[in-house]
Amino acid sequence: MTETLGKDLLALEPLTARQIRLILDTAEPFKEISERAIKKVPALRGKTIVNLFFEASTRTRISFEFAEKRLSADTVNVASSGSSVQKGETLVDTARNLEAMRIDMVVIRHGASGAARFLADRIESNVINAGDGTHEHPTQGLLDLLTLRDNLGDLTGRRVCIVGDVLHSRVARSNIWGLQKLGAEVAVCGPRTLLPWAIGEFGVRVFSRIEEAIEWAEALNILRLQLERMTAGYIPSLREYNRVFGVSRERLARAPRDILILHPGPMNRGVEIDSDVADGPHSVILNQVTNGVAIRMAVLYLLAGGRPELAEAAKGASDR
Amino acid sequence: MSQPILLLSGGTLLDPSRTLNERGDLLIVDGKIARVGGRIDPGEDADVLDCSGAFVSPGFIDVHCHLREPGREDVETIATGARAAAAGGFTAVCAMPNTEPVTDNQAAVGFITRQALRAQAARVYPIGAISVGQKGEALAEFGEMVGAGAVAVSDDGRPVASAHLMRTALEYAQTFGIPVVDHCEEPTLALGGSMNEGVMSARLGLRGIPSEAEEIMVIRDILLARRTGGHVHLAHMSTKGSVELIRWGKERGINVTAEVTPHHLTLTEEAVGAYDTQAKMNPPLRTADDVAALREALRDGTIDVVATDHAPHHYDAKEREFADAPFGIIGLETALALVVTELVETGILDFPALVDRMATRPARLFHLPGGTLEEGAVADVTVFDPTREWKVDPTRFLSKGRNTPYAGRTLRGRALYTIVDGRVVYRLPE
Amino acid sequence: MPSSPTTVFDARAMDRTLRRMADEIIELNDGTDGLVLVGIQRRGVQLADRLAAMMKEREHVDVPRGALDITLYRDDLQTVGPRPVVGPTDIPWDIGAKHVVIVDDVLYTGRTIRAALDELADFGRPARIGLAVLVDRGGRELPIRADVVGKTLAVANGDRVDVLVKDLDGKDAVVVVRPGDGA
Repeated sequence: MTETLGKDLLALEPLTARQIRLILDTAEPFKEISERAIKKVPALRGKTIVNLFFEASTRTRISFEFAEKRLSADTVNVASSGSSVQKGETLVDTARNLEAMRIDMVVIRHGASGAARFLADRIESNVINAGDGTHEHPTQGLLDLLTLRDNLGDLTGRRVCIVGDVLHSRVARSNIWGLQKLGAEVAVCGPRTLLPWAIGEFGVRVFSRIEEAIEWAEALNILRLQLERMTAGYIPSLREYNRVFGVSRERLARAPRDILILHPGPMNRGVEIDSDVADGPHSVILNQVTNGVAIRMAVLYLLAGGRPELAEAAKGASDR
Repeated sequence: MSQPILLLSGGTLLDPSRTLNERGDLLIVDGKIARVGGRIDPGEDADVLDCSGAFVSPGFIDVHCHLREPGREDVETIATGARAAAAGGFTAVCAMPNTEPVTDNQAAVGFITRQALRAQAARVYPIGAISVGQKGEALAEFGEMVGAGAVAVSDDGRPVASAHLMRTALEYAQTFGIPVVDHCEEPTLALGGSMNEGVMSARLGLRGIPSEAEEIMVIRDILLARRTGGHVHLAHMSTKGSVELIRWGKERGINVTAEVTPHHLTLTEEAVGAYDTQAKMNPPLRTADDVAALREALRDGTIDVVATDHAPHHYDAKEREFADAPFGIIGLETALALVVTELVETGILDFPALVDRMATRPARLFHLPGGTLEEGAVADVTVFDPTREWKVDPTRFLSKGRNTPYAGRTLRGRALYTIVDGRVVYRLPE
Repeated sequence: MPSSPTTVFDARAMDRTLRRMADEIIELNDGTDGLVLVGIQRRGVQLADRLAAMMKEREHVDVPRGALDITLYRDDLQTVGPRPVVGPTDIPWDIGAKHVVIVDDVLYTGRTIRAALDELADFGRPARIGLAVLVDRGGRELPIRADVVGKTLAVANGDRVDVLVKDLDGKDAVVVVRPGDGA
């Protein structure tokens, strides 16, 4: 029996472990397609996908674009900066316009938490959340899970620590939910000012020093210090952040085991992560990027579901 | 058309100000309460309203609502608001001054008074601004505003950020015997927040407003009231901590009073659900512990009155990303039913307490006529049936606003007749 | 009374047929030069492995084998409902100028082979593509034919032909399943 994902992928929090595993397993064969000479399969041929990016983001958008094009879909990029209030066209109107153009799928990145859900509730097209405010970034969470699984195997009981500005990080939230559902042990580490006040209720360990996190973890997912999101006053300076929380080779050398290093990018080298760690032997940051395309292909494939009522008619002739 | 003689017959007279709670008739002559109690023969010229099965109480008074006129008549006018109030059983409301332009001078106050008279529905008492333009800098002309009809001052919509300004307002207001109403919100703590700070805000990725943002200003205002001897009235209380602080203040005889909205008595932050902007208001909905503390405080009188903070918004305005949507929900037409269904039926309040918190005390605290069924008092009366069941359908509201989280709920409690100055200004349609 | 599936081939018969097919493929190719076998997921892959083993016995040559999953090239992806599981594709060498023999268990409408041809075209341009199937049950909906056929079966429209392989199903057999048959 095949699990389904429903119409949209908005968040990892509401997914079951089975659904998450389905996406990870589906991504496996898609990895191979990116290794072929002709990196294209006709699975989504004729589908129109709009990449609706209200926040500038080169890497995520490109990753989605590759995924879409490798599935032979037609893609349209719409970039818009500023909130819909500033722009004058509301998100509601944007939604309705897309619907009127009979778009099959929308990939949306927006600065407001809940924006993806807002859109999904108002249009029939499939909606994929490419990051909404500080809420979730489900495909990033999934590719992090896939990368961890590639390197650590079954994630049950594995220790993963998320380091940095958890308060403002949608990547952190998606990771926490995804990891917990797959049975991993999750911790966070960062200055108290950058952790949600209610973090204690999330079922995660909290480390206030990076040394403690390194002592404990099998993998570190190092978050970018969100310079653009911080209103003043959460930390005194980048220098201090690096001195106290930066992941450096010296600190890692004192770890009792080799620790896998992940980072969602883009990196602030020398702030949250030192270059020799980012480029070091335990860094799987580039694998994350590769897996990102495979995960996004898997998600697009799973969501662009067929119409079951036609499946019944098609069942008569078995496809041999 | 004024009806000189009106008999309310066969209802249960309920007036906690005189511990009256018994079946009987009430006779209104020339806009005043003429006789109360027993069986009354009104004579041939009288109009008779059958009130059997219902309570007959002093008219409810909502000391906190936003009627949007002048400036946003597309969203509500004084007329539509006054009619909505009457439909909710209110014989009077106090209208907050965060209009466009701000009601901070005698001309603006007079405008509201005149519009209210035209409406011929519930009375509308203007509340004047504390500071010019509600900018939090210079004091507005309290005296002139009171002279034109203002019954209190407030910068609601916004907090009074400056403690010095709050102190000055409390001192100066005493000259005119009016309360100073404060919207308690410490601006730097609350900045950018759109819901209660807690687990839910962390899960949803929304900036939260911590309880302390309210409590810090609550204690500040209580201390300033102590210092100055003035009367501070704390608007829309929402936290357990605030309740504890108010109790502390009242125990020491400080002249602090407080109000709570029906929504803070009945909903928690869970109502936000999946970013439902109908559950976005300021102060935000908080936790079950806070709701319990607020209910208990209303019961024991630590919180004095129920006030709606009726805040209509345009449908389009609420139909946007959660962080961008405006704060506020309407409340005039659901207040009575929510208090009956969720507080009286559950045994937290009895009916005399309901009338006390919704009529008696509001009149007393704001020095308004009404709030009593004493002979000779102005005939502002509410006849309400607490058993009447109905389903909340925003499209049928008399208010222009539709922004309520209670749509579709079945509640009990309905005003049958709302009488202002001896005239029936609202009658429940069959 | 519900009937049970009819076994058309048992393990021994299947083995004999596969040996004959292996010989035919080599004969058609004039040897094993440039020959590669590509099995269609899933059971075509196991059959390709068998054929290659038999070829090795005969010719003492390791014929390269690949696996092809055609799910993403199906012509009914839009209507098939819950997403079919995509299996692994492994074509680790350049197929340009090779003699590719596609190996599948049952040839019916021909649509699977059509998808396989499209997918192979994305991998390169072989010198020749041939098709070897264990069972041809007729009922073609596209102009596709097999070069090497194990057995031709006449089967009613509602019936299903299942090839079972030891690696996946515990035994080797070819069975015909009628609607309503017990498993």
